[in-house]
Amino acid sequence: MVFDLLLYISLGIFSLGLVFKFFTWFSRKIGYGSEKFTTFARLAAAVKGIAGILFSLKLLTLIKVFILDVIFQIRTLKEDPLRWLMHILIYWGFMLLLLMHALGAIISENIFNDYYSTLNPYLFLRSLFGAMVFSGLLVAVCRRFIFKIPRLKSNAMDHYAIIILAVIMISGIFLEGMKIASPTVFSDMQEEYAALDDEADIQALESFWVRENGLASATVKEPFDQKVIESGRGLHEDYCAECHASNKWAFTGYATAKLIKPVAVGLDHAGAVTFLWYLHFLACFLGLAYLPFSKMFHIIATPVSLLANSVMSKETSRQENVITRQVMELDACTHCGTCSRYCSAMMASEARGNPYILPSEKMVILKDMVKGENLSQAQRGAIVEGVYLCTNCDRCTVVCPSGINLRELWLSVREDLVQKEGAEPMMLSPFSLVRGLNRNLLSDEAYAKPLRETQKALAGEFDEITRPDRTVALQEEADKKWLLHSDDTDFSCCFGCQTCTTVCPVVKNYENPAESLGLLPHQIMYCLGSGLTEAASGARMLWVCLTCYQCQEHCPQQVKVTDLLYELKNKAVQKLEN
Amino acid sequence: MNQYALFLGCNIPVRVKQYDVSARMVLKELGVSLVDIRQFNCCGYPMRNTDPKAFLLSAVRNLALAEKANLDMLVLCQCCYGSLKKAQAVMAEEGELQEEVRLLLAEEGLEYNGNVKIKHFLSVLYHDVGIDTIKQQISTPYKNLNIATHYGCHVLRPSRVTQFDDPVNPSLIDELVTVTGAKSVDWPLQLECCGAPVMGIDDDLSENLTKKKLIDAKAAGAHYVCTACPYCHIQFDTVQKRILSENGNQDDALPAILYPQLLGLGMGIDGDLLGISDNEMDISRVTSFLSEE
Repeated sequence: MVFDLLLYISLGIFSLGLVFKFFTWFSRKIGYGSEKFTTFARLAAAVKGIAGILFSLKLLTLIKVFILDVIFQIRTLKEDPLRWLMHILIYWGFMLLLLMHALGAIISENIFNDYYSTLNPYLFLRSLFGAMVFSGLLVAVCRRFIFKIPRLKSNAMDHYAIIILAVIMISGIFLEGMKIASPTVFSDMQEEYAALDDEADIQALESFWVRENGLASATVKEPFDQKVIESGRGLHEDYCAECHASNKWAFTGYATAKLIKPVAVGLDHAGAVTFLWYLHFLACFLGLAYLPFSKMFHIIATPVSLLANSVMSKETSRQENVITRQVMELDACTHCGTCSRYCSAMMASEARGNPYILPSEKMVILKDMVKGENLSQAQRGAIVEGVYLCTNCDRCTVVCPSGINLRELWLSVREDLVQKEGAEPMMLSPFSLVRGLNRNLLSDEAYAKPLRETQKALAGEFDEITRPDRTVALQEEADKKWLLHSDDTDFSCCFGCQTCTTVCPVVKNYENPAESLGLLPHQIMYCLGSGLTEAASGARMLWVCLTCYQCQEHCPQQVKVTDLLYELKNKAVQKLEN
Repeated sequence: MNQYALFLGCNIPVRVKQYDVSARMVLKELGVSLVDIRQFNCCGYPMRNTDPKAFLLSAVRNLALAEKANLDMLVLCQCCYGSLKKAQAVMAEEGELQEEVRLLLAEEGLEYNGNVKIKHFLSVLYHDVGIDTIKQQISTPYKNLNIATHYGCHVLRPSRVTQFDDPVNPSLIDELVTVTGAKSVDWPLQLECCGAPVMGIDDDLSENLTKKKLIDAKAAGAHYVCTACPYCHIQFDTVQKRILSENGNQDDALPAILYPQLLGLGMGIDGDLLGISDNEMDISRVTSFLSEE
């Protein structure tokens, strides 16, 4: 009664959760331009898109991907055989347990006429599947907690996934072991199936089960008389063997029974069977009810991501469907960390202490952001930096075992964030190359606005400091602490020949360079010599410097002009960040 | 046999795949073997504007990985090359930042002791393989083909750090082009920047620089501009195509060919194996300059 009630409650929560999650795939907004589509429009586009695929040759692609990437998980195998072994053990073990054992009454009994959970091969298979999941979990625990895998980060959800599976598996194995060892279970079954009256017969059967099937007993003790065992064997063959294979086949439970044998009778009296039974089922129900809201939801979302990405493309897919897919992909991410292992920008994450530069961590925080959770200003800043500090090398997309199109996700989220969050110094660095190459996807104003704002923020007080009517106080000793090299101070050797400015291709590009660039290279060197780093670090010249090193190469005094411009940029960024 | 750790950088595998493909093809033919180290990360170049620590740590990790594999590095990209060479120069000095970088690398069990040589692809061809060896491999030399060679700033300058060639009067690429039978034309803007570093920051400036160079090379009679850097190549290929489609006369077009594509065709390698059709602009007609075998 309680069992049924709990089952239906957890099934109910699970189903509602699924509906809710599917709904969020269509209702949540992600990335640039996602606001213009309604939930209904996205649902309609998805139906159209899916129908179009199902009635085309792309169906064959779907079938292929389902077999190779969902069932056999080839993408994971290619990247990391150990992780593949871990996942395939858990995935296949769990799926088979679910189908054969958990849904035994619905599936196994209807497919196999001879299905009986205590008969082989089923008795053995249940143990085997359980052992598969259990070994997979051991590898998972080692990977997450023992091996030091660089940049593999584990969060509460990763812990939950391991813990819930571990509780289900361990309670299941112990339940089986306890039932094997339990005198109560033996005596109930004896009464039900053998119904022996003679005390000597009962003891003979019991002795046989103690010797052969892992039973613990308070009444009979080893060593047994051979005759008693033989009599027990006869009774076993008459009453038990037809429906019960040797418990040795249930090797995990049998080993557990052996392990707990010294305390089994005591545990049995204390009601361990009932306790483990509740623990096992409650853990299963909890896992089921919480599945749509936990990392385990990837069981559903990841296959969808693999399938969707195999048939969608930038050129042919509608924007509505791309947005829907991108929301779904956040659920498909299993936080396995493969992307972060190969992320080109990984060292920037270490240097800047910003985890969101790593793709796997970006996925976690994007999930919160898309959910509409309130993020602190600092967090938002870190996310913007995280999505911008990306070399667009596509490695994350290539290696993702869930087939997530991270490349397009970053592009669209990046644009959305720079439009909303304002100045980001990295916009004025080569990280903007890809945005420049994709310029045609944006309106001129949308393209220019964040760049303009960043320029303005980095210029700081430049206009004020360099007002013609303002008197500038020269500093006696130039502040040199911010310089990377000790000998970068050679700007004081500058004798004002202006060669740097003469050879600069940026200066040559403008009719009135002083007006366009704020300060020219030689003026910036003067500023440094006079200690006016504040003015120098605000000049627009810095941010359009090509770093072609013409100035530095040609300087007769060997002033490291380009390197100094780099350092002034670093200084300006640092100031803005503080 | 020469063996190097191939440093591809971030642009080539996704935006200029044909550079990877064609460089591997010609190096294989010339007996240079390559090792791929998947753990390589960004060279640090794009981080130099904003964060010196991120730049240095990124660059030095690659050096440490190559050192661990006991291999010198073969770099395809000028900007990666410049960045790694710069990092090497910085690490040769003592300092707080250097110490911090060493500590962070040690967390991953990596160390850098300065025992790795960084070589550009072209330097390997020129110095290690040698012009004579290459000449022997040229089976179908070009005839009447004029090439404008583009060096790319970050291999040439700052010359004290990069040590690639004479920064004012370089000849390395010109010689490598000449050996294929093509003529390397003189063009005044040869050593100027391609414009790529400010693409996405100031597109007008970026495209102006590109246009000026292309006009100059065309005026010098070039049929193609020859590149050996993904940034320069993107600029002369992808960006030029955009410029032409927006406001250009298609007759102004001066397509870019990557040096290993040019060399590979001269060595008799099939254009498909050199990714000739992967360039944004059509360069298929370059084969019409090849002499018959």
